[in-house]
Amino acid sequence: MCHALPVKIIALTGPDTAKVSLGGIVKEISVALIDDPRPGEYVVLHVGYALARIDEAEAERTLALLAAEGSDAVAEFAAAGEDAEARP
Amino acid sequence: MKHLDEYRDAETARRIAAAIRREADIARGYRLMEFCGGHTHAIFRYGIEDLLPANIEMVHGPGCPVCVLPTGRLDMAIRLARRAGVILATYGDMLRVPGSSGQSLLKAKADGADIRMVYSTLDAVKLAQANPDREVIFFAIGFETTTPPTALAIEAAARKALANFSVFCNHVLTPSAIAAILEAPAVRELDAVEIDGFLGPAYVSVVIGSQPYEFFADEYRKPVVISGFEPIDILQSILMLVRQLNAGRAEVENQYIRAVTRDGNMRAKEAVSRIFELRRDFEWRGLGHIPYSALRLKDAYAAFDAERRFNETYVATEGNKACLCPAILRGAKKPTDCRLFGRACTPETPLGSCMVSSEGACAAYYTYGRMREAAQ
Repeated sequence: MCHALPVKIIALTGPDTAKVSLGGIVKEISVALIDDPRPGEYVVLHVGYALARIDEAEAERTLALLAAEGSDAVAEFAAAGEDAEARP
Repeated sequence: MKHLDEYRDAETARRIAAAIRREADIARGYRLMEFCGGHTHAIFRYGIEDLLPANIEMVHGPGCPVCVLPTGRLDMAIRLARRAGVILATYGDMLRVPGSSGQSLLKAKADGADIRMVYSTLDAVKLAQANPDREVIFFAIGFETTTPPTALAIEAAARKALANFSVFCNHVLTPSAIAAILEAPAVRELDAVEIDGFLGPAYVSVVIGSQPYEFFADEYRKPVVISGFEPIDILQSILMLVRQLNAGRAEVENQYIRAVTRDGNMRAKEAVSRIFELRRDFEWRGLGHIPYSALRLKDAYAAFDAERRFNETYVATEGNKACLCPAILRGAKKPTDCRLFGRACTPETPLGSCMVSSEGACAAYYTYGRMREAAQ
């Protein structure tokens, strides 16, 4: 729950939602807390919501560090939503 | 343990560490509290304490929402989950936290309670839509970063006229906890912890901004440096605190310049103020009762408030008496002072909340620090 990750907005999918990508995994998140989000921008993702816009250089620096060590946060991102949908 | 040397920024880290050692005044001590459990975790993971001189002590703060939730609140969640017809949706961190009498959400789930792990409040709203004949309760916990998502979920449920969605609200406030550490008589009476400066949490500050910390700098003369989570961020922030203390300054500085502004995220703050109001009192594990330190739903949203909807009231209960979590959360004891630590209480069989959460001081000590302490 306490993890946050930089992700890249690929496309806006609704008034408050966007598809984002992290290491090839794509998820839909809420961008309701961001003013005027745009595809190509990086945001800090936390519990399914973008909390803030960040610049690309910062995002790349954090992502390189995460890639180097195998991160719980990335695993959490990859598994997001699975248990909730596991039962009918 | 991952060490700093393994990263390409090792040279920068060494340079900052050398500056800290050079500038730290050997005639005095520096007791610096990293408020946030994410920082505690990073400090151990990257062996940052090994790079600091002996007169700089990192004191681990209460910024771990799983850790500070008192047993009685967890008992309420377990009672809610055991009600007929209820689906309790929760962040995964809460499942293994011990309640009273050896209970936990995981045990309730094994007994047949319908408890679902969710990653996002949006998943909880979807559960309510998909299960109109069930009551879906979202077990909301966290500091200021998870509160706006809970507020937006309540607004979404109101918009969709979802009559079967409610929130068990346990959102707490970072500035209140810092104030409690600095001033609360209850804390002083137990065991005073003198802190010289604070490492402020980056993501919380993205939401609330740097402004709320100005009070601590102005009124208590304690410097605050808002710090990122990477090892170099933390080292740089420690250096900034050392420089402030050496110069007799007490200011709010922002090392994590990237996304933190003075005012924070206005959209997020507005969402929170539409839905929530201050609770008159909330009990924190380790810090005791702190007035106006947590949030509850406004009356206009009472229908979405699980406590009112199901008439659940808080009953204070004692956790395991041998567990030192409360003193550890105040920074008054270290995990290794606890006789349960590493013996009866491990990440596999946690007895206290500070061992359950990976951000908790005990889990960080156990995972990254224990070998080093044992060797000393």
